[in-house]
Parts: sequence; structure tokens; C-alpha cells
Amino acid sequence: MKSLKYLLPGIAFLVLAAFFYRGLFLNPRTVPSPLIGKPAPAFDLEDLRQPAERFVTADMLGQPAVLNVWATWCAGCRQEHAFLMQLARSGEVPLYGMNYRDERPKALEWLRKLGDPYVKVAYDPQGNGSLDWGVYGSPETFLIDPQGTVVYKHLGPMDPRVWATEFKPRIAAMKGVAQSTQGAAQ
Amino acid sequence: MTRMTSLLLAVCLALAAGAAGADDILAMDPEATFQSEEQLKRYEKLTHEFRCVVCQNQSVAESNVDLARDLRRITRDMILAGNTDAEIKRFMTDRYGDFVLYDPPFKPETYLLWGAPVVLLLLGAIVMVNVVGRRSGEADTDAEGKGETS
Repeated sequence: MKSLKYLLPGIAFLVLAAFFYRGLFLNPRTVPSPLIGKPAPAFDLEDLRQPAERFVTADMLGQPAVLNVWATWCAGCRQEHAFLMQLARSGEVPLYGMNYRDERPKALEWLRKLGDPYVKVAYDPQGNGSLDWGVYGSPETFLIDPQGTVVYKHLGPMDPRVWATEFKPRIAAMKGVAQSTQGAAQ
Repeated sequence: MTRMTSLLLAVCLALAAGAAGADDILAMDPEATFQSEEQLKRYEKLTHEFRCVVCQNQSVAESNVDLARDLRRITRDMILAGNTDAEIKRFMTDRYGDFVLYDPPFKPETYLLWGAPVVLLLLGAIVMVNVVGRRSGEADTDAEGKGETS
């Protein structure tokens, strides 16, 4: 009983220390998205490259899709751009863009200079479309399943490690499910 | 004299132009847009309760970030459109999660958060009662002992 009295503060300290230690490796800017597992919010925006055309959420459905929110003023977007180009070339999954609080001439110039990895880009100068997606810091990258459910969100520049650990397995799972249902239908 | 009046006129015009042109000033200073004192109070309370997710240690009311300005505008518009506070909070949490609220809701994930102070207080009380009880017992016997010897 006496030894317990002296042991307890030590245990309390260790528990606290464990929490604080874990906290050192968390990114406080990563806010869990309430959208995960929910239907992708609808947007209806001008197409960046063809102003006369619209780009709506439904355009992305039917297969796993990635929506990347970017802007020319965003340093992280430039950082991830080379990898996005690589991703587009691999053809693993269609990559859609949302140009966030930006200006069309600057955005077009960026795509002309650095390359254009996107199937389609929504132009969202006022941030109206991205607001419904809970975007608060570009770049943000969403993974959407064929039925239009948001499966994952990555905050910050996309890189090969994040792609391999977070996106690839989820896309593979979606494709696996799609194949097995097709098989069942046949 | 005429020079003086034209100067005054110029200053007034400049001020008017500044006030009319800046929509963000309107958002920061919403008195003009609300129909009642009650709406203004709700606006102030809500925008102070929402965390600016971009600049996490400021509220939506305090921040000058584009997103915070938009959220202020939405709060104002929703109040004017007759939405309840709960509906406005719902709008925010649907997009940014509970994280956007400085005052987290009471639900299974937050039971520990809300319960911890009460639990700690109870633990402290138990420890205190034990320790004080024992000490006062000791003090009593001490006093008695002293009383007897003196």
C-alpha cells in the first residue's frame, strides 16, 4: 500500500509523458475532415480552360478519382506539381483540379509552364465551391470513389510516400470491389 | 474660404469612396447590415465561437484571412435569412468538423474531455479527505499528548 502511494505519481507522469511524446509528432494543421465517408459536396463551376463549359461534381463519378485543390500563390502546390505530372502520366487514376482563389490568366500560365496533369480543372476564384469541401489550406487532395463518396483527404503537398501509403491501397480496394461486382454480374 | 470648402468636400468624397468600396470593412463592422440589436449580438457571439481553421489561434471574428471573411459573411447572411444558431453551427461543422467550434459538443468522443475535470476534482477531494482526516487525527493525539504532559 505504501509503495503504491509512491508509484502512482510515477505512473501518472509516464502516462502524461506518453501523450506529450505522441503529440510531438502530430501536425496541428491536419484537421480531420468531416467529409470522409460522406457524399462529395456538389459544385458547379466554370471550367478553367474552357470558360464556356461547366465542371460539376458528377463529372468525376464512375471510377476512382482524385481532386486536387491548388493555386498559383501556394508554395506547396508548386512543390507537388512534378509528382502530379508523374501521376497523370502513369494513368492510374484520373486527376481533377480545382483552382482555388486564384486568377485565370495566372493559373493558365502556370499550367502552360509547368505542365497540365488535370483531366478537368474547376475555376473557383471566390472559393465558393471549395468552401463546401471544407478546404482551408491548399494544396488539398481528395480521393473519391466511383459512387462519389469522399474516401480520403490529404492536406499539404502530395508526394510518393503519401501516394503509396494512403491513396494506392484505397484505390486498389475500390478497383477490387468493382471487379468482383462485375464478375458477379457476369 | 472656397479653397477650404473644396478641401473638405474632397476629404468627404475620399472617405465615402473608401467606405463604399471596401466590402471587407462591412464584414468586420456589421452594424449597418443587421435589422436588430439581437441579430448583431448573435453574430458577434457566433463568430467568436468559430475557430479560424487557417490561423488556428484566432476566432473567425478576429481573423483577416479570406476564409474567415467568407465565414463571417456566411454567418451574417444566414442570420439575416432567419437561420437558427444551431443551423449555422451545423453548416460549419459539416465542413470543418467539431474542430471549428471553440466550445466542443458533449458526445461520446468528448466524454473524457468534459468529464476529466470532474473526475480529477473528485479524486483530489478523496485524497484530501484522506490526508486531512489522518493528519487531524494525528494532530488530535499530539494535542492530547501535549495537554497531558504540560
